[in-house]
Amino acid sequence: MRIFIPGDSAAVSVGADEVASAFAELLPDIQIVRNGSRGALWLETLVEVELPTGRIAYGPVNLKDVQSLIDADFLHGGAHPLLLGKSDEIAWLASQDRVTFARVGIIDPLSLDDYRAHGGLIGLRKALVLEKISIIDEVAESGLRGRGGAGFPAGIKWRAVAQTISEEKYICCNADEGDSGTFADRMLIEGDPFTLIEGMTIAAIAVGATKGIVYIRSEYPYAISILQKAIDIARESDWLGARVLGTTNSFDIQIRVGAGSYVCGEETAMLESIEGKRGVVRSKPPLPAIEGLFGQPTVINNVLTLATVPMIMAQGAEAYKARGIGRSLGTQVFQLAGNIARGGIVECAFGISVDELVNTYGGGTLTGRPVRAVQIGGPLGAYFSTAQFDTSMDYESLIAAGGMLGHGGVVVFDDTVDLAVQAKFAMEFCAIESCGKCTPCRIGSTRGAETIDLIIKGVRIDENKKLLLDLCEVMTDGSLCAMGGLTPLPVKSAMINFPADFNGVRT
Amino acid sequence: MNYSPWSQERAVALLATLREERGAVLIALQLMQREFGYVDKACVELIALTFNKSRADVHGVLTFYHDLRTTPPPPHEISICVAEACQSVGARELERDVKAKFPEESRVAYCFGNCALGPAAMVNGKIIGRATLEKIEAARQ
Repeated sequence: MRIFIPGDSAAVSVGADEVASAFAELLPDIQIVRNGSRGALWLETLVEVELPTGRIAYGPVNLKDVQSLIDADFLHGGAHPLLLGKSDEIAWLASQDRVTFARVGIIDPLSLDDYRAHGGLIGLRKALVLEKISIIDEVAESGLRGRGGAGFPAGIKWRAVAQTISEEKYICCNADEGDSGTFADRMLIEGDPFTLIEGMTIAAIAVGATKGIVYIRSEYPYAISILQKAIDIARESDWLGARVLGTTNSFDIQIRVGAGSYVCGEETAMLESIEGKRGVVRSKPPLPAIEGLFGQPTVINNVLTLATVPMIMAQGAEAYKARGIGRSLGTQVFQLAGNIARGGIVECAFGISVDELVNTYGGGTLTGRPVRAVQIGGPLGAYFSTAQFDTSMDYESLIAAGGMLGHGGVVVFDDTVDLAVQAKFAMEFCAIESCGKCTPCRIGSTRGAETIDLIIKGVRIDENKKLLLDLCEVMTDGSLCAMGGLTPLPVKSAMINFPADFNGVRT
Repeated sequence: MNYSPWSQERAVALLATLREERGAVLIALQLMQREFGYVDKACVELIALTFNKSRADVHGVLTFYHDLRTTPPPPHEISICVAEACQSVGARELERDVKAKFPEESRVAYCFGNCALGPAAMVNGKIIGRATLEKIEAARQ
């Protein structure tokens, strides 16, 4: 018999380690698996018992509940106020369509046996017997687009790298998930790291790369530690190394840790950082696919993009693109965050509405006050009002609504939020994190924060609003990357969707 | 956090282990900080010599990244996330209270990826969700 207590850092943040230690002490004969989180984060610490009929869940379990669970014979699914029933029948989870996150929370993240038993390595084995071009065709056919935020088709990027002739090519996984309100990369790495390694290996074989690098932020120490262990296991089992799964392909992965810079999530700044330099954005062209890391052809993909590839290879492009709408095919791992009653991971096909995510899944705010605003897509994403809650969550619809999908994070605010203060923060954050290369970003952000401050204080409001819009235009048009180019998005959307907050009268 | 006292000899030996790495300046600085808790000013020249860079190059990297510091760390390290998701559940108020109580030990951070259980904090490397001043004080013990 096994019990599952997540080792995911969100669960750990609310006491999962203490709960696991208590169970280990009181039930020394029971095997405790530190799985990833199933993503229903308000239920953490979610404790599951493996019974012949399936897994039974209890949650949220705190240290004080441990003894009473044992007294209630939870090991046999005994009744308890925290009993949630069968894990697979929890409606919040059962209604999702888990593809990229299919194994997260289910398996022991560092058990290769568990991984194989749940469909792991099928995609890679299939790729190893295909022509390289057929792998790329399959990924292109699936419609998979970059999940980091830009939404660029993965197949096209891979094709460019494959067609560029070089002895040395790289697969760089961008795990610098700096957007507030996003945590899917972290949870995937902590809950199913082999999927990422498999996706990177498939990419390497497809384009002819031999070196992989995962650039992961220092704010994710738990993910770094789990991924390093997974890489070590993959090396020991002849997956990574000179002969990938016994073939003539060679591929290995190294972790590089970030150093607290948001802009290093921008792909060219990330390359500079991996090269050991200041994280200053590069001009494009040349595209990284042609001249990337150390001047060599480089695939740069987000964690979720690469982690979705094994499933596409295993089940076929058709199965993947049967989901979604328009040009947004497949599933998106949405992240519900901020002031929300039921936050966590909702993976489903593109096309779900904001309202369904925030109210049906999320259950409204944590504080119980009315929802007033959501910010979608991180610090560079737009603020939407509840009037826009019927917007479909896909790349094109969000752009049409004046925003962007970004990395799929949704941050909820209640009616105490002041959008002028949030707009000012967007500018301040840009001032702190700008790499300094482009003047509109480096200096405009500071001037922007000052101007919004004047608006908040009621100083020459109309004049300053005009000035702010003009500044936003300069930043949008005059910045190389999304840092300066998209900081105006939260600012302008706040002004447009919440005009009352910019009239200078504070209550 | 356990750090070694600064030792130039130790630094030289550690840097030698990175000689084969490509683009090693940042990881060299990170290694120094992990070992000694901060990047001693002597490291700039040592790293420049080891990796055939100018001191200006190394100084540029050292001053770009928020994580890197040039003075020894406080006995306890508290980071409060003040990014948007945590702001929506009171991170600014928490930041104010923690800074008032532990002015030497606290700094702000932007996102620990714990955005559904905010406010988030990191105390001596341990992540705290639904953080309060009391929880942070307890974790600091």
